[in-house]
Amino acid sequence: MKKTLFGAILIAALFGTAGASGRPEGRTETITLYAGRGEGLVQPLIEQFEEETGISVRVRYGGTAELAVLIQEEGSRSPADLFWGQDGGALGALAVADLLRDLPQDIFAGVPDIYRSQRNNWVATSGRARVLAYDPRVVSSGDLPGSIFDLTDPRFRGRVAWAPTNGSFQAFVTAMRYVHGEDRTLAWLQGMLANDVQPYRNNTAIVEAIGAGEIAMGITNNYYLLRFLAADPAFPVRQTFFDAEDIGNLVNVAGAGILRTAPNPTGAERFVRFLLEQEAQRFFTREIYEYPVRDSVDMNPELVPYSELLRLSPAVDLDVLEDLEGTLTMLRRAGAL
Amino acid sequence: MFSRISKAPSPCCVAPGRCNTLTFVTKHPADAASLRHRRRSIAPVPPVLLIPPVLIAVSMAIPLFYLVLRTAEADISILLELVVRRRTAVLLGNTLALTGYVLVLSTAMAVPLAWLVVRTNVPGQRVITLLATMPLAIPGYVMAHALLSLGGTNGLIMTLFGFSVPRPGGLHGAAWALSLYAYPYVFLNARAALLSLDPGTEESARSLGYGSAQVFLRVVVPLIMPGLVAGWVIVALYTLGDFGAVALMRFDVFSYAIYTQYAAAFDRVYAAALALILLALTAGPLWLEAHLLHSRFVARVGSGVARRPRRTALGGWTVPALLFTGAVVLLSIGLPVLSLVYWMTLESPVPQLPRVLMFFRNSVAAALPAAALAVLLVLPVAYLRTRYPSRISRLAERSVYVGYAVPPLALALAMVFFSLRAVPWLYQTLVLLVFTYALNFLALAIGPVRSSLMLAPRRLEEAARSVGRGPLAAFFLTVLPVLRTGILASLVLVFVMAMKELPIAFLLAPTGFTTLSVAVFSRTSEGMLAAAAPYAAAIVLLSSMFVGLMLRYEGQELS
Repeated sequence: MKKTLFGAILIAALFGTAGASGRPEGRTETITLYAGRGEGLVQPLIEQFEEETGISVRVRYGGTAELAVLIQEEGSRSPADLFWGQDGGALGALAVADLLRDLPQDIFAGVPDIYRSQRNNWVATSGRARVLAYDPRVVSSGDLPGSIFDLTDPRFRGRVAWAPTNGSFQAFVTAMRYVHGEDRTLAWLQGMLANDVQPYRNNTAIVEAIGAGEIAMGITNNYYLLRFLAADPAFPVRQTFFDAEDIGNLVNVAGAGILRTAPNPTGAERFVRFLLEQEAQRFFTREIYEYPVRDSVDMNPELVPYSELLRLSPAVDLDVLEDLEGTLTMLRRAGAL
Repeated sequence: MFSRISKAPSPCCVAPGRCNTLTFVTKHPADAASLRHRRRSIAPVPPVLLIPPVLIAVSMAIPLFYLVLRTAEADISILLELVVRRRTAVLLGNTLALTGYVLVLSTAMAVPLAWLVVRTNVPGQRVITLLATMPLAIPGYVMAHALLSLGGTNGLIMTLFGFSVPRPGGLHGAAWALSLYAYPYVFLNARAALLSLDPGTEESARSLGYGSAQVFLRVVVPLIMPGLVAGWVIVALYTLGDFGAVALMRFDVFSYAIYTQYAAAFDRVYAAALALILLALTAGPLWLEAHLLHSRFVARVGSGVARRPRRTALGGWTVPALLFTGAVVLLSIGLPVLSLVYWMTLESPVPQLPRVLMFFRNSVAAALPAAALAVLLVLPVAYLRTRYPSRISRLAERSVYVGYAVPPLALALAMVFFSLRAVPWLYQTLVLLVFTYALNFLALAIGPVRSSLMLAPRRLEEAARSVGRGPLAAFFLTVLPVLRTGILASLVLVFVMAMKELPIAFLLAPTGFTTLSVAVFSRTSEGMLAAAAPYAAAIVLLSSMFVGLMLRYEGQELS
């Protein structure tokens, strides 16, 4: 009996091994995509690209940061054609390391200013806004801060969460340094720490903690709460923007770039263009609660309308987000990391 | 059939606590040396046995070389700025506090349970053994989430009892989360050690006038110490390197600094320097092990099998014992399973099933060969260590732990670096992934194999040799059959760990080859906890099947 059972499991496992070959065969053209985006989020879109173009996509899913480090380690030997990450900082790091090639100018046509980069070697594919998530049971709408600078006020002492290791948070700090200067940003960070800000692992953890009543509010990205609400409509958290053009409303991006060493740059370019088409843009807003980078796309009604987003968000050139090193140094100096 | 040779005890010295008719426990290096000398085989080491240890030692040099190479690129002033600051001291202090806490807590759960199932008449021993081993199958993040879901205004306690308690967190939260899924390493080792105890030892001690407490403290504890230490080393190294569960519990430890450097700064250089510091930290537990474990040499010198020990009748203590067991099981398995089930009620897992199945196959295709390879590699190392002790065999055994102590992300990057330069055709193949997993988890595989080798009667081998069999033939005929239980345990330990592994899969899996753990991560990190549940449940289900299989097999072997 035991031998039969063990044998059965072994056979099943061997069968599994034989069948597990990840790559669809029999197609002529392939591209290799390193996706720092969740497989659960974007797989349907990739399958649609394969169907439409006949190009087969080999996807390596991973953390945006891990894959950016991997591409640097691979250097000129990288098998990847393109990188699709969900943080402008990671794309910037690859651009600075001179690992990305220039994209044709027409790719950038029609992308609104808030998504603009002076570099032309990666393009924003969707936007994600920074917001303040809060617990309406303990924070009434009259008590909400107007500016992110208000969060150092004693009335918010110990009530605010942030995720200092998170890429979106760091991009926001970089933007704050650019817009408000080093001194004011350092003072804000120190003020937050003096005001007993609570660090969390990531944005998911912040939204969970607010839902559990552990903390009153937290600065996070706009789509986490919406995904929680999709699974559980009774989830007791709400979110809001700060006042118009406050740096706390920064719009960060997910974006894609083609590697200098790409074996199939034309296939990769088709993929990038595909991500910018109406259908993909509609997918980003409808299915995963991000903002499109085309203003002609129907917005998800759960999100604020496009005109409203443009009114609320500060204009920050995405290239400034490349100076992650300066931000990390400052976060360390302030004692946040 | 050899194992049924009747017992013929050979007398030796008589001082209880030191040694007795059947068991040596030598504390002094001189004793150990003379013992080693006596046990040293006259035959030379078969050269083929040297291949795996050499392969291991060379492979382990790869991550070390890589880390030193990357660190050498560092600008010393920036490095100093990163390392020499008060926060580093805080992180180190936190790391040490957490490691100590986890060791105490997991021992407090594991040793009483091991004692109950081996030495008492507690009802349901088989079931308790299974339940105390199953937490191995629970991924760390599931355990942390489950504990977190206890408290808070929407937590389990609120739902059940109508009042809310604060969510766990900080040092206590992190220590509980880690202990609850790492304690089986101590449990399994303690249990194996207790099983292999010869009741004759305790009887001798008692006959010389020791009371029960004295027998336990001065005879039993020293005898099971090597097993405990082996478990502690695994738990300590695990604690030093863990980032996920600890970060969810919001407790800052040293591995956090390394993670931040890789993941927030996209930086390989300073992360490598920090990884070297972490490696230096891991030398602590290894040194401890070397001194506690290897200055003692535990083996029955009589041939044949020990008698089964007398079991203590619990009597009135049965209920408290079962309550304790129930509490541990409820926290370590009940809670995580419950929270997975809860998430699956929020979002039906059915539409996900085809993907779950596909990723499940991928996970098994990586984890199963990795487990087999790890065992194949450690078997000769453990064999050399127990049969041909020498400086080289000790070195080979030590080097096994390097793979476990290097932060996985650094290990994976080292293999990327190495394979692209030396064997580019192996890069991002299943072969390289399996090999790296094996290197990473050799330290888990060596324990059970080594323990069963220590217990394997050497005379059988000598008998086989004396009738003209070569050393390898003698090994296959006499030792391997005795090792089956140990080998299966090693396989399972590596397998369940590889099923949960994340950063190595990110970097080294073949492109397009998504594993269950990657699928889980890519959902939880995006706030899709409900969507992640079926994949996490698949890991738990499959891993616990293997754990169950191990115990079932072992049970039949014993009976």
